Amino acid sequence: MSAGNGTTQRIGARRDPGRLVIETRRLTKRYGAHTAVDDVDLHVAEGARYGFLGPNGSGKTTMVRMLLGLVYATRGEITVLGRPVPSRVAEVLPEIGAMVEGPAAYPHLSGRTNLALLDAAGPRRDRDGRRRRDRVEEVLERVGLGAIDRRPVRAYSLGMRQRLGLAGALLNRPRLLVLDEPTNGLDPHGIREVRDLLLELNAAGTTVFLSSHLLAEIEALCTTVGVVDRGRLVLEDDLDAVRGPTGRLVVRTPDPDAAARVLGSAVAERQDHTLVVEAAPGGPPALARHLVEHGVPLDGLVEQRRSLEDVVVALTGPGSDTSRASRRNGARP
Amino acid sequence: MIAVELVKLIRRPRTWVAVGLLCLLPAVVAVFLATTRIAPPPGQGAAFLSAVLQSGSLYPAAALALVLPLFLPIAVAVVAGDAVAGESSQGTLRYLLVRPVRRTSLLVAKLVSVVVFVVGSVVAVAGTSYVVGVSLFGAGDPVAVVRALPEVTGGGDDAVAGTGPAAPAGGGGQVGSSDAASGGQAGATRPGADTGDGAVVADDQAARERAQASVSSLSGEALSPADLAARLLGAMGYVTVSMLGVAAIALFLSTVTASSLGATLGALAALVTSQVLVSLDAAAAVTPYLPTRYWLAWVDFFRDPIFLRDITAGLWLQAGYVVVLMLAAWANFTTKDVTS
Repeated sequence: MSAGNGTTQRIGARRDPGRLVIETRRLTKRYGAHTAVDDVDLHVAEGARYGFLGPNGSGKTTMVRMLLGLVYATRGEITVLGRPVPSRVAEVLPEIGAMVEGPAAYPHLSGRTNLALLDAAGPRRDRDGRRRRDRVEEVLERVGLGAIDRRPVRAYSLGMRQRLGLAGALLNRPRLLVLDEPTNGLDPHGIREVRDLLLELNAAGTTVFLSSHLLAEIEALCTTVGVVDRGRLVLEDDLDAVRGPTGRLVVRTPDPDAAARVLGSAVAERQDHTLVVEAAPGGPPALARHLVEHGVPLDGLVEQRRSLEDVVVALTGPGSDTSRASRRNGARP
Repeated sequence: MIAVELVKLIRRPRTWVAVGLLCLLPAVVAVFLATTRIAPPPGQGAAFLSAVLQSGSLYPAAALALVLPLFLPIAVAVVAGDAVAGESSQGTLRYLLVRPVRRTSLLVAKLVSVVVFVVGSVVAVAGTSYVVGVSLFGAGDPVAVVRALPEVTGGGDDAVAGTGPAAPAGGGGQVGSSDAASGGQAGATRPGADTGDGAVVADDQAARERAQASVSSLSGEALSPADLAARLLGAMGYVTVSMLGVAAIALFLSTVTASSLGATLGALAALVTSQVLVSLDAAAAVTPYLPTRYWLAWVDFFRDPIFLRDITAGLWLQAGYVVVLMLAAWANFTTKDVTS
């Protein structure tokens, strides 16, 4: 599979995406000669937990910034929550909570003051004096910072800053959360907490768009995955479909030579005591019977399923490191 | 958004350090003056410094003269240069913009906060130096001060003795480079030669000073406290407007670069260049349009009658800089990619 064929793969059947909260058409962003985002058609369905996966420098952040109206596209269209971006982004943003490229705060002020300032900077119709304080306390509580004192943010750990950033994203009770690497700097316990929080918000109807270079994070949280490689969206599908059966069976046996003899050309791969075999009619039971009848002992026999990692590695292809390094330099001039 | 920016300005320690330093310099100078009673001769050192020994109530003017050439522009350039670039490099800009704050509102709020800083600094300098001046030098009769107003040095300041009161009438129709030309001419006149008016100077020291050095002997009435206050307010307002030009340059650069330091240094470089060119005869053609050209015109508020030509020209010039640069900042900021 080539990464550069210009089409976005769907491994499973194309499902009806339902109502889209984010849709881009042929979205392209060039910085000079460098193309950071190349012809991307993104579809994020309402209520989804969408994982936007790609290595650093692959255009994830540029993409997120375009969705939020921070960076202007060179070409293509963006629709977020039914309205065109960036022309009507001001109408959309009050319904979005975002974390872009790590948290940021005024280091000499406390977390609480930072949030209060951020809240007060928001749209006028959101504001009504007393509720503002409640809102700040509520989001602090939600991200596990309810007990923070008056220390300045300067003295916070990275994990606390990350939580503070998340609290800021929750201030306007968003319909759509756009989070860039939200678990960066958190310990395993914190990662679990954030994941639970996102699941809870998602269950209450918030669509979560999460970008990450960490496969495991996306695999653990998301329902849909989009894989981006060097600015191109190379895969967009439901995670279940991505991890579907491959049509092969994995045979583990203490006598792989005997098994290979018996199965002949059906063996697709062989490694130590494990053989990957093209499925024959009858599935695993038939194959098991066949092997046992020929005196091949079996340790195990299962359907092979794709791991997200396999899919991503296959799609993004080898040897992209060197070119990726040079692209990363050009990504943010 | 404006309120948010003001809170940020007020809660930033740097703001108070800057204002504190601005107030400190005149206070230090005042202590030295009061201890030694050795004032620089008129025409040397900062304007009014020789005069404050007679009346501490004029010390705010001397304080403005002390901070205007360097301290105040630096403070303003630091604050304005940091306005957008600081948010940008800190990463808070993107969170403000997605909050959302419209880019235009953010820029306006930043401008307002910088203006408040400038006004606050000037008021703080004037206020503290009034207190310091009166307590160290007493509130003597400021009329002698006005009479002993030193000749303003520098390429274009042409209100010399004798021509001062007449110039507004004679030069009323002249604008642009002819101003600079007459400035050069006037600068050639030895102002110290013209001392033969009827100025009554009660104090020996003032008389000694008058004899020693250039003294612009403007004929005038005694300054009532109200008159002095009005003149001071005028001078403070004029200095504030002069600093807005600096603020506009720094704020514009602040939208161009993500480095506060770059924006601040860029603005200061522009000012230094302007100062050099103002005193360069070969640059006479551009002199009237340089941002620092009329900076010292606030001194004219203490002439009798108030000499308005340079003040007016300075106000127009600064207004031009502010309008053009703020439009440029707006055009740049509202169309740029925020990648920080």
